[in-house]
Amino acid sequence: MSKRILCRCEDVTRAEFREAYAEGFTELESLKRYTGVSTGFCQGKGCLVESALELSSLRDVPPGDICLTNIRPPVEPVTFAELARLEPPPLLDDLKRTSAAAGPQRPDTGDET
Amino acid sequence: MIPLPAGPVPQRADAVVVGGGINGLAISVELARRGLRDIVVLEKAYLGSGSTGRCGGGIRQVWTTEENILLAKESVACYGSLAGELGLHTFFRQGGYLMVTEDAAQLETLRSAVALQNRCGVRSEFLQPRDCLKLVPQLNVSRLAGALFCPDDGTAYPFSVVWGYARAAQRLGVKVFIRTELVDVATTGERISGVRTSRGGISTPLLINCAGPWARTLAAKVGVSLPNRQERHEIMVSESYKPFLDPMVISISNGIYFSQSMRGELLGGIGDPGEPRWEDAGSFDTRSQLRFAARFARALIDSFPPAAGMRLMRQWAGLYDVTPDHRPILGGVPGLDGYHHLCGFSGHGFMLAPVAARRMARHILTGEADEIIASLSLDRFARGEIEVDAFVVG
Repeated sequence: MSKRILCRCEDVTRAEFREAYAEGFTELESLKRYTGVSTGFCQGKGCLVESALELSSLRDVPPGDICLTNIRPPVEPVTFAELARLEPPPLLDDLKRTSAAAGPQRPDTGDET
Repeated sequence: MIPLPAGPVPQRADAVVVGGGINGLAISVELARRGLRDIVVLEKAYLGSGSTGRCGGGIRQVWTTEENILLAKESVACYGSLAGELGLHTFFRQGGYLMVTEDAAQLETLRSAVALQNRCGVRSEFLQPRDCLKLVPQLNVSRLAGALFCPDDGTAYPFSVVWGYARAAQRLGVKVFIRTELVDVATTGERISGVRTSRGGISTPLLINCAGPWARTLAAKVGVSLPNRQERHEIMVSESYKPFLDPMVISISNGIYFSQSMRGELLGGIGDPGEPRWEDAGSFDTRSQLRFAARFARALIDSFPPAAGMRLMRQWAGLYDVTPDHRPILGGVPGLDGYHHLCGFSGHGFMLAPVAARRMARHILTGEADEIIASLSLDRFARGEIEVDAFVVG
């Protein structure tokens, strides 16, 4: 079995990623949560693209057809002390809508943001 | 898991379950175990992509209403053996729940909750602030008025539970379709007769609404009006650390909760009274905000000072499907045969689903009355029989 590493933070090998795919985890969203790729210190900066390329080869589709996982804040881990020094900003304006009629409708794919 | 089916959906099914979260997958397993064949689960995105996969994974028995306590008690017992039943590690860990308050006016609520929980067979206890230090030595107890502790409560990893149920469902012959949307529901007279999906039509006599935040939209398709609203809640994980925190700490005065996952991350969130309550799926917006990170960090350090030097690694948001009394809606509706609710869990679906699904499957297949389902049916709102659970936090 190949020991080639796919995700260094979470120590996930390419073989483990392939094994998960064979078990039925065929999307990056599920592969991320099952294998741990992209969930460590670097939050995918080192492995998300590599994982997507690996998945495109497993599925035999062009890399552009692979849907990436959502990139979530913060860009880098931040201490709670630094965050606590911020004055909490107000709610995003878009969130104040209480019905679709009050604003533009967002695509509802179930895995946005 | 077993590779999920692709292509068109079957033309007929004994039951169609809408929602590939914990409720939908659990009820499909419970129905199949009791002998129902040809069950189809429809998930519009990926398994656990709705509320289940975004939740904090807490499983607690400390509630103020009897139905919630009794369901949760069954649930804790169920989680104890679930990994073996499903064939997948659920990362269930019983570190207990430490529920604190800074508000002396809430002490009476805590004490009467403990009394009710004890009568229901839950071994929770009332604690003085200093007693909390035995459980979490670095907790800031200086402003606490009192606390409640239940040693049997705990946490599990939501995605593992979802995948375990999906795997068990597929072993039992259930067909689980992801990336498949429910478009419309057909009724004949006062009966469910079928559904139309993005992968074709299915004729079926049984439709189970496990759509979480989308349950209200689905119910509207069969002419049923749910009183549910959808609330945004944000949550985060820190980097991983060596084990330092046994229980889930939860405050009923400022709405913060935090626990340590089995990967070592601190996982937590805090309620925000400014967050919107939505009525239709078109409004849903689960983007993250700096506002949450700043508010959570302040409250966390205040409650647990050593967290100051720890680092927030990732944050996200999810939706609670909230009912007027913060208790789920179970069972059918008069005048529409074959339609059932398993929704409205108000932020507590992950902890209650395994047993709610078990009771619902028994009720649907045998028609036997179930006291808890009867008291949680939709018509309670019309009857005005509402008792709000006071311990909704987050």
